[in-house]
Amino acid sequence: MSILAFAEQRNGAFRKSGFEVASEAKRLADKLGTSAAALVVGSGIEKMAAELGKYGITKIYVIDDAGLDKYSTEGYTQAIEEAVKKEKATIILMPASAMGRDLGPRVAGRLKAGLATDVTHFDTDGGKLTVTRPVMAGKAFQKIAIKTAHQVISLRPNVFRAQENPVQANVEKLSIAIKPARVKVKDMVVESGKKIELTEADIIVSGGRGLKAPEHWEMIVKLADALGAAHGASRAVVDAGWRSHEEQVGQTGKTVSPQLYIAVGISGAIQHLAGMSSSKYIVAINSDAEAPIFKISDYGIVGDLFEVLPELTKQAAQMKGK
Amino acid sequence: MNIIVCMKQVPDSETRVKTAPDGKSLDLSAVNFVINPHDEFAIEEAIRLKEQFSGEVTVLTLGPERAENDIRKALAMGADKAVLLKTDANFSGDVAHALAEQIKTMPYDLLLFGKQAIDEDSSQMAQLVAEMLDLPCVTVVVKLDINQESKVCTAEREIEGGKEIVEFSLPAVIGTQKGLNEPRLPNLKGIMAAKKKPLEKKEPVISAATTEIVAIELPPARPAGKIVGKGADAVPELLRLLHEEAKVI
Ligand SMILES: Cc1cc2nc3c(=O)[nH]c(=O)nc-3n(C[C@H](O)[C@H](O)[C@H](O)COP(=O)(O)OP(=O)(O)OC[C@H]3O[C@@H](n4cnc5c(N)ncnc54)[C@H](O)[C@@H]3O)c2cc1C
Ligand SMILES: Nc1ncnc2c1ncn2[C@@H]1O[C@H](COP(=O)(O)O)[C@@H](O)[C@H]1O
Repeated sequence: MSILAFAEQRNGAFRKSGFEVASEAKRLADKLGTSAAALVVGSGIEKMAAELGKYGITKIYVIDDAGLDKYSTEGYTQAIEEAVKKEKATIILMPASAMGRDLGPRVAGRLKAGLATDVTHFDTDGGKLTVTRPVMAGKAFQKIAIKTAHQVISLRPNVFRAQENPVQANVEKLSIAIKPARVKVKDMVVESGKKIELTEADIIVSGGRGLKAPEHWEMIVKLADALGAAHGASRAVVDAGWRSHEEQVGQTGKTVSPQLYIAVGISGAIQHLAGMSSSKYIVAINSDAEAPIFKISDYGIVGDLFEVLPELTKQAAQMKGK
Repeated sequence: MNIIVCMKQVPDSETRVKTAPDGKSLDLSAVNFVINPHDEFAIEEAIRLKEQFSGEVTVLTLGPERAENDIRKALAMGADKAVLLKTDANFSGDVAHALAEQIKTMPYDLLLFGKQAIDEDSSQMAQLVAEMLDLPCVTVVVKLDINQESKVCTAEREIEGGKEIVEFSLPAVIGTQKGLNEPRLPNLKGIMAAKKKPLEKKEPVISAATTEIVAIELPPARPAGKIVGKGADAVPELLRLLHEEAKVI
């Protein structure tokens, strides 16, 4: 038995969730009395792999192949399958990121393994692993035991802590003959600007219909910039065409778990809460004292956002010394 | 083109959640069921492709008898026929395996799934079934084009901070995402026609599930929030609390 952490990288840089998965693999291995290894997959990534030693991982497998330059479900599945064999790993962890959500089920199918996606908590009582995952859009939590020899588990980003714990890591390169992918990535369209990714952000400022018109969105961006935050949107705003679906938080948008979520002019419909109720702290700014968003907020300001936001932006910037 | 749409019936997104006495399932007695909202994109896309290429759209559902209601809605939208793999409300077998075994008995060029079922939020079925059938699979698809002659498909899928454009050939599995299309509402003619469309009910092939639900719990209630104050005057106190009490800024 051993734990294998799939540490996601894109374009030669680890994702924050890659470090989270590595750290959790180490913590879990300590609790279960076993060892944790990590796997890095891609092209030209051999050098960066050792960085995982910072997170307590002593054994790092690298599968570096020009054919794995761009993510492909089948190529990456094959890579994980090989590393699992080599390490004799029984628990495979990966982030529930766009990549991990696509990859996890394929890997589970390949290994005839039980799968738990978007997990937020582990229990190891009596050396038995059970995982907790939100269901019904966070309105309930399911505790699951996986009954197969292999267990594939994806971790909700931003929930598990990346914990520095430097050790000397042993990097081992595995060469495998990657089969040609049946789904070929032809192109990648990256949104312009160096935006902070919603699912990885520590702070999110989200705006809703209360902003009244798209030209007022600038106010959300300014507060987000003052706080070093990402910005998100309610579906009402996305459906109205003010913002792109990329930014939508909620049941049909993204699920986020930042340290701080500031909801501005958002009523707090159940489908919106579905995407953000696992945030550590929630702040609501809304002119309607009865808005449901206040029921789940830690702190609220009842007031006109057109008065509150400029003041909040100004004072937050001062506080941050900007 | 023959298209199979896997569709699940789920509690609607407004449902208040109650746990059942067994502590492992939800009390569904007062629940309003709907077509899984993500699956509406799959149904719509299938109908559009049929309109473009001709062929047949089959809806496939694993679930209890009550699922017929929503299967008829999909037929009213324009699907041609349906198969219901009939189970108890709390089916404990392997759903992916049951769907894959049924699909093996049917002709198809394309299998369509939703992004996730909003009851269990697993987001796994498209890839699991694709692996069992050894098919290519593309998930979170927001745009799909199929070349009539070559059957080569181009799809756009959402990833963090952008989109990926991929190419593949049929047969294939697609997981749909919001943005792909605007699902139509059934019209009266469709609703009348749906009553007579073929719906086959049969037992699923059952194999043991790979996971077991040990418990289901409600989240701890968030302690009542604090209204810091009214209007812009409350800003300094809010920032103080975020800095000193919550320590998040
Ligand atoms: C199947 C399904 C899926 C859905 N998925 C999602 C989803 O993923 N994400 C999502 O967000 N929604 C989703 N919805 C929609 C959801 O039900 C709500 O309609 C939506 O969240 C409302 O957005 P809103 O809060 O911005 O707008 P409203 O509900 O219109 O709220 C606007 C708020 O702004 C406040 N306000 C107005 N003026 C001011 C002012 N001057 N100052 C301060 N406050 C002001 C108002 O008091 C009000 O509370 C879904 C719905 C369905 C049926
Ligand atoms: N019981 C089921 N019957 C038919 N299709 C299903 C069933 N469960 C899930 N699906 C399909 O798989 C997709 C993803 O569901 P899931 O992986 O369970 O979140 C759904 O959007 C449906 O298209």
